[in-house]
Amino acid sequence: MAPLLAITRREFAAYFATPLASVFLCIFLALAGALTFFIGNFFERGRADLQAFFSFHPWLYLFLIPAIAMRLWAEERRSGSIELLLTLPVSTAEAVIGKFLAAWGFVAVALVLTCPIWITVTYLGTPDHGVIIASYLGSWLMAGAFLAVGQAVSATTKNQVIAFVLAAAVCFVFTLAGTPIVLSAFASWAPPAVLEAISSLSFLARFQSITRGVIDLGDVIYFASTIGVFLVATVAIVDYKKAD
Amino acid sequence: MTAMIALTGLTKQFGQIHAVADVSFTVAKGEVLGFLGPNGAGKSTTMKMLAGFLTPSAGKASVCGFDVVDQPIAAKQRLGYLPEGAPAYPDMTARAFLNFIAAVRGITGSERTRRIGWAIERTQLTAVLDQPIDTLSKGFKRRVGLAQAVLHDPPVLILDEPTDGLDPNQKHEVRGLIQDIAAEKAIIISTHILEEVEAVCSRAIIIARGRVLADATPDALVAQDPDHGAVSLTVAADVADQAIEALATLPGVAHAHINRQGPRSKIVVRAEGDRPIADTVRQFASAAPWQAADFATEYGRLDQVFRHITRDVA
Repeated sequence: MAPLLAITRREFAAYFATPLASVFLCIFLALAGALTFFIGNFFERGRADLQAFFSFHPWLYLFLIPAIAMRLWAEERRSGSIELLLTLPVSTAEAVIGKFLAAWGFVAVALVLTCPIWITVTYLGTPDHGVIIASYLGSWLMAGAFLAVGQAVSATTKNQVIAFVLAAAVCFVFTLAGTPIVLSAFASWAPPAVLEAISSLSFLARFQSITRGVIDLGDVIYFASTIGVFLVATVAIVDYKKAD
Repeated sequence: MTAMIALTGLTKQFGQIHAVADVSFTVAKGEVLGFLGPNGAGKSTTMKMLAGFLTPSAGKASVCGFDVVDQPIAAKQRLGYLPEGAPAYPDMTARAFLNFIAAVRGITGSERTRRIGWAIERTQLTAVLDQPIDTLSKGFKRRVGLAQAVLHDPPVLILDEPTDGLDPNQKHEVRGLIQDIAAEKAIIISTHILEEVEAVCSRAIIIARGRVLADATPDALVAQDPDHGAVSLTVAADVADQAIEALATLPGVAHAHINRQGPRSKIVVRAEGDRPIADTVRQFASAAPWQAADFATEYGRLDQVFRHITRDVA
């Protein structure tokens, strides 16, 4: 446990050691605000809720989460520090989970910094705080799933740009799994059961049901197991490719 | 003599290429093993397998009795490893980096302060402690890597080119550090600097094309130089050919050749077998009109032996 926490602390601090943290946080907050007010018509809707805010999270995550996940392993590989890390007395799983927790914690910081919008809506009306808390948790869970995907992709390459583009592409497929954009690629040849399975993988549908205030155990399990599956995949990829 | 590092038939294949082929040896406490070989000989690959970074294709390796594949954590706890090129986290300061290593290794509290203080002092990092590692010179980066490797006072040290990029003073300090801690540890260092082997190593292994070609003390290796035990002298350059011809005919002399050109040529006279020829050569040469001087016995040179051993396979 001590090595895992040491890795988490180091990785978390690493975000703040470079301009990455400040750039990411500024862009995330600016975009989240802009989308909420200008495209989401936060005021015009005249409703005391944060639907307009949360509905854009999947799209923000689509390109912002790969940006914080891309360095997790690609950078270790490029600088050679992966050899140092994996010859310390830590298991690959500890290293993978430690890095994941650091990145997930960083996303939590970004989400906490959006609380002014919660304060605003509370000041303007009487929102359902339960729904908002559920939405925040759902958003954080979904971010974890994006991160786990991004980390697995990062482990396959030493090039951070490739890691970013690939992770964004994979996340795009997951986000839109239930929509015609993705399904039409399978519709002509795959049996209905497969289509059903693919559409059930959709981040978007799961997240939308959470933001309506319904925390369905199935949705939570879905995101948690997506995180779990991709963490296991990352361990396997790191072990298999660590010396390449 | 207990073996703290043991390799048995260790092999690593990359596709069709045997980077390391059936390497076996042991290193006991108190030994400093110099690992020599041309570039691409398999030195780093062997060290990476010992450190648990590469998985062997065949064979076994253990650190303090713990198999590096079956009990990797136990083996790594007892191992200090300086990877090739001394990688570190470039954004961290040296201080933060050493604190991270200590935390991962479970060194806490006053023990951490004491161990980091010791490592910093021995690797002379005090001046750069609060600078990010990527702003440090090559020599300092190497020393950060060394400090990291010795931080937990491991019984086994594996150092891949520990003095690469250091200036002569720093090399001297690092060798001093290795000698000071050697008695309690089993140490493997790889190097291209052959004088380093003679300075710090109690044993040397020469490897090429993944195979161990020699395993002996540096003295025993040097003794393989054909010039080992030969007599050398200098004569004026214009009489060198004449001197060689005359010296070669002396009883007990197998061979004489010019070793160095210049205003005075250095001539090396090899004996047949172990016959003592020093006095004969000296008397003969002194009596001859060559202004012979600088009589000495040659010990041989490790670089000659290294080239001789690795020439045919490299």
